[in-house]
Amino acid sequence: MNLLDWMVLLGTMVGIAAYGTWRTRHTDNLNTYLKGNKSTGWLTIGISVAATQASAITFLSIPGQGFESGIGFVQNYFGLPLALIIVCAVFLPIYRKLGVYTAYEFLGQRFDKKTRLLGAALFLLQRGVQSGVTIYAPAIILSTVLGWRLDLTIIFIGVLVVVYTVTGGSAAVNLTQKWQMGVIFAGMVTAFVVLLTKLPGDAAHIAGALGKLEAVDFSMNPDRRYTFWSGLFGGLFLSLSYFGTDQSQVQRYIGGASLREGRLGLMFNALLKIPMQFFILVLGALLFVFYQFQPNTPVFFNRVEWERHSTGENASQFLALEQKHAALHQVKQEKIAAWVAERETEGSAAEVRARAAMLESQRAVEAVRKEAKDALRAADPRAKVKDSDYVFITFILTQLPNGVIGLLIAVMFAAALGSKAGELNALGTTSTIDLWRHFRPLAAHNEARNVRNAKWFTALWGAFAIAFALFAGFAENLIEAINIIASIFYGVLLGVFVVAFFVKHVRGTAVFWGAIGAQLLIFALRFLKDTIPVLDFSYLWYNVIGCVACVVFSVLLQLVIGPGGPHSTRTQAA
Amino acid sequence: MPISPTPVAKPPSDNEPPGVPGFRTWKGVYAFVFGAFILMVIFLAIITRVYA
Repeated sequence: MNLLDWMVLLGTMVGIAAYGTWRTRHTDNLNTYLKGNKSTGWLTIGISVAATQASAITFLSIPGQGFESGIGFVQNYFGLPLALIIVCAVFLPIYRKLGVYTAYEFLGQRFDKKTRLLGAALFLLQRGVQSGVTIYAPAIILSTVLGWRLDLTIIFIGVLVVVYTVTGGSAAVNLTQKWQMGVIFAGMVTAFVVLLTKLPGDAAHIAGALGKLEAVDFSMNPDRRYTFWSGLFGGLFLSLSYFGTDQSQVQRYIGGASLREGRLGLMFNALLKIPMQFFILVLGALLFVFYQFQPNTPVFFNRVEWERHSTGENASQFLALEQKHAALHQVKQEKIAAWVAERETEGSAAEVRARAAMLESQRAVEAVRKEAKDALRAADPRAKVKDSDYVFITFILTQLPNGVIGLLIAVMFAAALGSKAGELNALGTTSTIDLWRHFRPLAAHNEARNVRNAKWFTALWGAFAIAFALFAGFAENLIEAINIIASIFYGVLLGVFVVAFFVKHVRGTAVFWGAIGAQLLIFALRFLKDTIPVLDFSYLWYNVIGCVACVVFSVLLQLVIGPGGPHSTRTQAA
Repeated sequence: MPISPTPVAKPPSDNEPPGVPGFRTWKGVYAFVFGAFILMVIFLAIITRVYA
């Protein structure tokens, strides 16, 4: 990075944060602080929903997914449009009608205090843990490749987002997310265009022949991580939980000028999300093709990790692996060229032979990459052996012109700040509304004190996220780590809301203990998966199982308790 | 004295028009979004097939 890159990076990031802070510095109304301006339109809501979901990991890890495993990951989002339709038709109108600040306030009105607290606690627990991951994930990658100090990178991202989120609350979050999404869109399109100019004419066919463009898999094989069915059903439950019951999303759309604006904002996302993820994954698949034709494609993309171990006592082993990879890479280039020459005669014996030879050379290269990872692991059991998260950032730093590098690093920061702001805003709001105001009902009438406390809680969660990111070690595959944590808690939380909306005879005590039982079941499934092979299925199914278990347990408990049992009353719905 | 359960609040009616050209009801908007999703899946299935 040169001076121009630094000017672009700091100019956009600090500029947007400063603008958001300055424009919303006088926010002292609780409604505006927690829900944003009343005049907020559908486009701002839609962009805010998208920006909260699209973290920096989206733009670092997902191209890596496309590079490593192809574009099949797009199926994970198949349930999302259907979930958003349900949120629009059922959840949003009720939230707006009741005038709640948080989704868990609704649980208090529908059931009782303890169920409201359980919902808020599940949210605070999983989102609080995730807030550390979402700040750590981009920081570890950026600090590794750019040679920055990890702790200072975490603190810079954390402090910047805390300043404007605490100052202006939801109003600042909405305002800054619009500009941050503009930076993200400009950066990603620029990177894509530059990549296209560097690719051969047959790039898509090469990617397809090497198995990178298998978008949809209709098989029912449970061993396959991403299929149409797991994406549709698991993704539906995950998205319904996330958009319908996670305060970081609910907060983005319950404000706004009217019900119409919230609905259109969500429908905007229902249309946008799959094409956007497809675009990012295709970028990764095309990066794979690009690196097939580069003479110095590394055997392992996290060069810092590689060089840390390749200069010690195992230097000769690592050098031999590099040489072996370079030789096989050269062979693969020749095989790809041979297949491209035969491609026009698809199905002919020569084309079939050329394709088989190309795939064989691909397998040989993959085997050396695996050997390299095994060597790293043998040299240091704690070595970070997953390098796909480093593919896109390597391309950015080595292939893009100065200025554009700064813009792409700004994309990562913008995404980190946008999603982080939404999270902190929601954590601060839930802590204020569902905990502090709940336990201090008299103080709740003092509006200025409410705003002051919301600011304090937001700052505290920001400090917690920074501390967690500084001191915790995280799973290597960061986007999966986030989705796994979410899936463990989301299904049960969704189950509570499904009972609230659709199973009207079930009351507070039954749903509370039903949810506890379902959560214990999910914990058991997660911890037993390594010892009982049949339980080792895709984590997306935790969303389905958690939700269904919560509903079934609640209904059964209500039958046992009976309509005249303890706590048979429901609090008044607003 | 037993306290009768209070009915859960029902969502407001969908009478408020979406205000989107070509759509008079929200059901129409939802159908359009669902249709777009189906088309996207078909598009992805075609890509899978063409580039396999």
